[in-house]
Amino acid sequence: MWQNLNHVKNTYLMKIKISTKPIYYSSLILFVLLLLGLTIHTTIVLPQLDHRENLTPQIIKGKMVWEEHNCIGCHTLLGEGAYFAPELSNVYKRRGGSQGGIYFIKAWLKAMPTNIPGRRQMPQFNLTEDELNALIAFLKWTSEINTSSWPPSEKG
Amino acid sequence: MLYPSQAVAKPYFIAAIALFAVQVLFGLIIGIQYVMINIPFITFATAKLIHTNLLIIWLLFGFMGAAYYIIPEESEQELYNPKLAVQLFWIFLALTIITTLGYLLLPYATFAKITGNQFFPTMGREYLEQPTIIKLGLFAVLCGFSYNIAMTVLHGRKTMINLLLLVGIVGSTIVFVFAFYNSSNLVLAKYYRWWLLHFWLEGTWELIMEAILAYVIFKITGDRAIVEKWLYIIVAVTLTTTVLGIGHHYYWIGVPEYWQWVGTIFSVFELLPFFFMVLFVFNVVNCTKCQYSNNAVKLWALSTPIMAFLGAGVLGFLHTLAPVNYYSHGTQITSAHGHLAFYSTYVMIVLTMISYAMPILRDHKVINDGIAQKFEILAFWLMTVAMSLMALFIAIAGIMQVYVQRATDLALPFIEIQNSMVVMFWLREIGGVVFFIGVIIYITNFFMVKKEYGTR
Repeated sequence: MWQNLNHVKNTYLMKIKISTKPIYYSSLILFVLLLLGLTIHTTIVLPQLDHRENLTPQIIKGKMVWEEHNCIGCHTLLGEGAYFAPELSNVYKRRGGSQGGIYFIKAWLKAMPTNIPGRRQMPQFNLTEDELNALIAFLKWTSEINTSSWPPSEKG
Repeated sequence: MLYPSQAVAKPYFIAAIALFAVQVLFGLIIGIQYVMINIPFITFATAKLIHTNLLIIWLLFGFMGAAYYIIPEESEQELYNPKLAVQLFWIFLALTIITTLGYLLLPYATFAKITGNQFFPTMGREYLEQPTIIKLGLFAVLCGFSYNIAMTVLHGRKTMINLLLLVGIVGSTIVFVFAFYNSSNLVLAKYYRWWLLHFWLEGTWELIMEAILAYVIFKITGDRAIVEKWLYIIVAVTLTTTVLGIGHHYYWIGVPEYWQWVGTIFSVFELLPFFFMVLFVFNVVNCTKCQYSNNAVKLWALSTPIMAFLGAGVLGFLHTLAPVNYYSHGTQITSAHGHLAFYSTYVMIVLTMISYAMPILRDHKVINDGIAQKFEILAFWLMTVAMSLMALFIAIAGIMQVYVQRATDLALPFIEIQNSMVVMFWLREIGGVVFFIGVIIYITNFFMVKKEYGTR
């Protein structure tokens, strides 16, 4: 009986294979073209969303400070990274924005580690004043990206 | 073993298993840091770095071993250049050890400075933390590997299995060039980072996984025609759904909002390949003629699609619907999905392949003793159940996190919320220990001399 059933299945699958080949190839090509098209459109409208006109050499340096200290080893930035420490894409706004965000973050980074028992510790990275300013400028720029109102809460 | 050059797969499999054990060990260290906070000598970021990087590396070792084993047999001829395969093994291993030691012994910033990251910055992004030079080396290894496989396939018999494997391997190598693109504009950098990560994990790697699964199922059932027909459907669905499925990584990184629609719709379709894989294994294995004595392989091969369907398919589908992802993105829920998806698709398929090929590579004769089999099956259950429970505990922690942190207006900061979930993190760590015991048992089964393997 199994053999018989397998035979039926076999011919059925064969039919699927022949009849779907054109559908398969055309949909694959369609989706690849769609991806490329959407990528082109995204590239065109992106400047209005990421505000790249505000990118300064300082912010670009700040991104490198961010990357070279493996911040995503604990934190997330726009939700990508590790989930051990808070989301930082909105940390500039969370910590006061133009009303002192810079000073809060700078003081925070300098005060690490807090050595409070039972609390996760952030290492002291000994960043120079230049690097600190660059990093904070980068975080400020990141907080201004139009992210469809993500994260849902100020807490990240 | 039909072709002597298949033997080059052996060191790859050994390295894969050894690095797997190390990777899980570092996972345990991270897990401890979630509950006991301060561990001397190693920071969370370093341990996490090694945990995730070694995962990718050992899976690559596993894929390479699988390809070197499968390709000669499917192409019906010796590997094009077995010497190259052995040389690439040592280069790859050296790169892995250097990178891991660099992470372990140097502060990350120093490692970046020494390797000249400032001249060509590619470091410090999730999964792409390796120094630029190491990435170049990795790319060279992938190119040599692709070349070797391609020459073997092109000169030999072409089957659906080896062609698919070839496409997966060459595709993986090609998309790796996106590892070198890191725009100073964060949004663009993130946009194209996914062209590597998405098309690896949900594209070319999935093709490799399907090819390995098809090969092992073919070896169990001996019916190539039916395997190839199923494979055609599975591959067709994988390729068509994965292309725009990339949209589910783009919801909140600063690109236009239509990506939420694109990503959500294609996330639903991305369930299909896993669904067909489940149908496939259950249809073909359900034959009374098949007499295959390596029960461990059968168990691995049957469970992989089921677990992949749950972990990568269903959990991934739920988590990547835009309205859900708005709340779950970047929380412990992501971690839960990541764990189960990686384990159920890639870890399990590599272990399936190793379970099938290793006894043959080690020239074990068929012995109906079965103690090694029992050990391996025990290891399978320990690992699979432990990982499922770990994912469950992390997901519960994630739901708690989302509720308190994002869905309510409680004035609790992140750290306080995390501390309130410590029970879940303890349970997860216990799950991790059980998983590690499973890994140890899995390794011990290789040191048991009597091992049966399947013949038809």
